[in-house]
Amino acid sequence: MVARDTAVKASRAVSHRKALAFFLIPFGSLFVLFYLVPILYAIYQSLLTVEREGTFGPAVQVFGGLTQYIAVFQNEPFWASIGRVLLFGVVQVPIMLGVALVLALLLDSPLVRGSKFFRLAFFAPYAVPSVIAAIMWGFLYSPNLSPFTAVTSSVDLLSAETVLWSIANVVTWVYVGYNMLIIYSALLSIPQEIYEAARLDGAGQFRIAFAIKIPLVVPALVLTGIFSIIGTLQLLAEPQVFQSFSNAVTSTFTPNLTIYSTASVPNISLAAAMSVVLALATFVLSFTVLKLTQRRTAQ
Amino acid sequence: MTVSTETRALRTQGLKKPARDGGIRESAVSRTVAMAVMIVATLYFLTPLWWLLVASTKTREDFTTTNPLWFADFALFDNIAALVTYRDGVFLQWLGNSALYAGVGALLATLIAAMAGYAIAKYTFRGRETLFNVILGGVLVPATALALPLFLLFSQAGATNTIWAVLLPSLVSPFGVYLSRIYAAASVPDEIIEAARIDGAGEVRTFFTVATRLMAPALVTIFLFQFVAIWNNFFLPLIMLRDESLFPVTLGLYVWNTQVSQIPDIRALVVIGSLLSIIPLIVTFLALQRFWQSGLANGGLK
Repeated sequence: MVARDTAVKASRAVSHRKALAFFLIPFGSLFVLFYLVPILYAIYQSLLTVEREGTFGPAVQVFGGLTQYIAVFQNEPFWASIGRVLLFGVVQVPIMLGVALVLALLLDSPLVRGSKFFRLAFFAPYAVPSVIAAIMWGFLYSPNLSPFTAVTSSVDLLSAETVLWSIANVVTWVYVGYNMLIIYSALLSIPQEIYEAARLDGAGQFRIAFAIKIPLVVPALVLTGIFSIIGTLQLLAEPQVFQSFSNAVTSTFTPNLTIYSTASVPNISLAAAMSVVLALATFVLSFTVLKLTQRRTAQ
Repeated sequence: MTVSTETRALRTQGLKKPARDGGIRESAVSRTVAMAVMIVATLYFLTPLWWLLVASTKTREDFTTTNPLWFADFALFDNIAALVTYRDGVFLQWLGNSALYAGVGALLATLIAAMAGYAIAKYTFRGRETLFNVILGGVLVPATALALPLFLLFSQAGATNTIWAVLLPSLVSPFGVYLSRIYAAASVPDEIIEAARIDGAGEVRTFFTVATRLMAPALVTIFLFQFVAIWNNFFLPLIMLRDESLFPVTLGLYVWNTQVSQIPDIRALVVIGSLLSIIPLIVTFLALQRFWQSGLANGGLK
């Protein structure tokens, strides 16, 4: 009896191990091939440098240590592009998340009728690919095509001073609804009992929003905030499209455009080093936001 | 079960508004302000789409000379005909490519991520948390940072400018593993798995017949968001593909848009092409909204 029992257990353990391998190997191998290997390869590439024998000799790749990283630190257009997207993010991310939060709170409040319609209307732009959204807004900003001639005839929305904010508007337009939906989903998982107690105490909608709802959706705000930071530092499609509408968008307008134009020179190793620096910067920034907000909510 | 938990369950299932419990009547002023905000926001979000719809119906002459927000001579079908016949119907091929990359890619990515997430949620094994944390770290790695090294690796394998160069990297969804782990832990009870084992079902069969059904809202959510991510992906096809016949629709329209200054007529095709390329996504979202909305509400954010 005992022997049979352990035999059953053992065979089950074996079948579990087989099943576990079956479940994990497809994702595991693809993750290694298309995530870990490229990351390691980028790091390896970034440590190489090209040397020539004499002026016209054949180019050979040799180990260059941190040569490329020194070149990255001396590359002014790259840092200028990082500064530009940081400025973009400092303004655009709070506006986008603020609007998303207000809309989510309104959808969740009893003040609004027809919330199903509004939810879908706000979310619709998320179904528009960035490239298409940028092309569309590029037309809307163009003085001779725009329906908003009152605006486009007084302000050149595609000039060097304004184009960054014109792009910010495109990003905001696409992603507000997505962020709103994530915050709204978090609002829906708040237990109703909490509101009942607050209402008995005579709290109105504003009081409930500020004292109960907003603190409870902070985790969702952190999540959307981190995704927005990653998105901002990785800006590519929108500015690339805007190059056909505005001369003010250069090939080094955002870090990813700088990397792309560096890679097509081609200076693969320098581009790889820039990618590594940018990925690290993205990671450090998202991680810092995560830690800071965690400490604040823990208090 | 109290009434309020029932309401809550109902709300999270179908995202219903709460039954108004009638206690305090909100003032007419706040109600009006709230509705005004909603209407202004609706105008902001929908006007560009309305413009695109209207612009797509116009003849080339009317496009610049008539009111951009209202219809003129209705030439929608002529424009569509011009679009799908231009250069031997290359636009339709782009749409088909997008559907292939996004449809097949998202379907396989969802299955692969669900299997991994389910295994991490339901089996204890050594290194489980480490594995999960490495995958979570993958969520923070931006796709554009991977594109360049992927290009270098694929070119060493001689596989750039093929379907595989775009399709294979899209099969990995770390966020999908995260979501299915959370969802499987919450919605697939251990007792059901035990019961299936007693009935003699193997582990794999239990996953496909029992677990996938219980995880359905999360699976739809993962599928849709991966579908959108692949459909919208621009950088990877941009650097991987040279051959126009392999382009997804976003890359194709981007290339056309850069040619507008040399070939002005192409602008009309960019406009109608943009409209046609977003319709499939909007339809998919609307058709599946019940599933992905409850998947988001229940799974992702606890």
